[in-house]
Amino acid sequence: MPAIVFDRYGFTYAGATKPSLEEISLTIEEGETVLLAGSSGSGKSTLLRSLNGLIPHMYHGKTLGRVNVNGFDVSTTSPTELATKIGFLFQNPENQIFMFSVRRDVAFGPENLGLPQEQIRNRVEEALTLMNITDLADRAPHELSEGQKQRVALAGVLAMKPKILVLDEPLSLLDPKTAVMLVEFLTEIKRRMPLTLLIVEHRLELLANLLDRMVVLHQGRILGDGPLRDVIASDEIRPAGVRIPAIVRLRAMLEKNGLRFDSSPISTGELVVQLGDLDVD
Amino acid sequence: MIEFSDVDFDYPQGQPALRDINLSIKTGELVAILGGNGAGKSTLVRHINGLLKPTRGTVTVFGNNTRKASVAEISRRVGIVFQSPDHQLFAETVEKEIDFALRNFGTSLQFRHERIRDVLDFFDLQKYRSSSPLKLSSGEKKRLSIASIMAWKPDILILDEPTVGQDAFQQDKLKELVGLWTDEGKTVVIVSHDLEFLWGLVPRLIILSDGSLVADGKTEEILMKEELIQGESLHKPQLLDLAVMLRGTPPYHSFQNASDAAKWILKSRE
Repeated sequence: MPAIVFDRYGFTYAGATKPSLEEISLTIEEGETVLLAGSSGSGKSTLLRSLNGLIPHMYHGKTLGRVNVNGFDVSTTSPTELATKIGFLFQNPENQIFMFSVRRDVAFGPENLGLPQEQIRNRVEEALTLMNITDLADRAPHELSEGQKQRVALAGVLAMKPKILVLDEPLSLLDPKTAVMLVEFLTEIKRRMPLTLLIVEHRLELLANLLDRMVVLHQGRILGDGPLRDVIASDEIRPAGVRIPAIVRLRAMLEKNGLRFDSSPISTGELVVQLGDLDVD
Repeated sequence: MIEFSDVDFDYPQGQPALRDINLSIKTGELVAILGGNGAGKSTLVRHINGLLKPTRGTVTVFGNNTRKASVAEISRRVGIVFQSPDHQLFAETVEKEIDFALRNFGTSLQFRHERIRDVLDFFDLQKYRSSSPLKLSSGEKKRLSIASIMAWKPDILILDEPTVGQDAFQQDKLKELVGLWTDEGKTVVIVSHDLEFLWGLVPRLIILSDGSLVADGKTEEILMKEELIQGESLHKPQLLDLAVMLRGTPPYHSFQNASDAAKWILKSRE
């Protein structure tokens, strides 16, 4: 069963004259890691809100088609029920951390599911261990660094045992060290759990090895969808304002000058290897 | 023209945030400040506009000791765009947000109208002129916070994490803005983690770690210090990395943009 299905989906906010999303058909299989890209106003936020049920349950408007998450129709499933299937990590962890201790914060979601105490304890310990923050369990979240806060927020999300995880610009406020650590954490989590990941991020140089696929939104429609290396190198996505890594831009310039590459390099190492063995027109 | 001399800063609860900072930034320079979360970057730039005063040592801006000058006096010449636009935006409409400082500084009505129009155009915010800033997306709020500072043309522009939430077009505009500012002889200080954005744009890097200045120099030279960049978990921007792989360790004029790299590669294969 696919993790996420948008079937000819469209949404227009109440009072808006133009739809924010039009004719979106997109299937994300279980276990895939997908980058969602697009400029501000492209419809990314609307698409994310359509996954956790904020649309149509909180934001009202005109809906066309349907959205399924883990087999559940979002329009007939409550946001509380959906929260057990799909977890969200927001750009600023302070927006989702609010309890007085890390342990209480991570326990908040499972407590609200009305689970037995022992199960809550187990889930909290498991999430703290997975995120490597057991030593922070009794600290107050506001005393922690940005990177630590983000791990607490992610532990809180994972304690809900979602099958799908959505990360909204997870690297943007992190220093390089913490950003690399988060990417390593995600790689490790993927190895240990069959998670489906949907990531919105501009700094994709750091994420390239984690991603299977890239979907580009532009003016409410899908402009590109496919393997990361193919989509990022295609001219069709240029209007969407996606930041293209320097190596991808360089490869395009070299191709215009007669060099032919077998595949689409995205990292420096990949480009150098291919430069060593190139055909020239 | 920005001078830090033996500056220490402790927060009121006593925790040290800056230690023994000695730093000089000349008029018209473009510098970037890097460092881990909590390294003291934001604390340092808040000393430039006098929002924070050093616990020990002195900070002078255009010859004025920030401990003696009022924030109002300094902020006329130093504009700071905060990391989170929510800390900065408060007016009822986008237009009033931009007009706020212009009016406070007593500029003429005609000047205010022209500046508002120019920055709304530059940042593609004209359509939101009468909207509440709260209704904008996070990327648009960031652009508005930059626009409202840019409107009164301060002599020193400080941008704290300007690329967050900005697409490629807006990042190109930011580069254009920085270029315009420095062409006019103004000073720009950028706090950012985004080395791919900074590469080819910023000639000087300042690295902070745990409140101390650990490196200050030419961008390329700093990023070639392996021990330093590993210690700070910085990574070389792709084009510098490529230059080192293809040409070995500088000194040479390394690739500042993809076009530089393409020319060199094509020439080397002739």
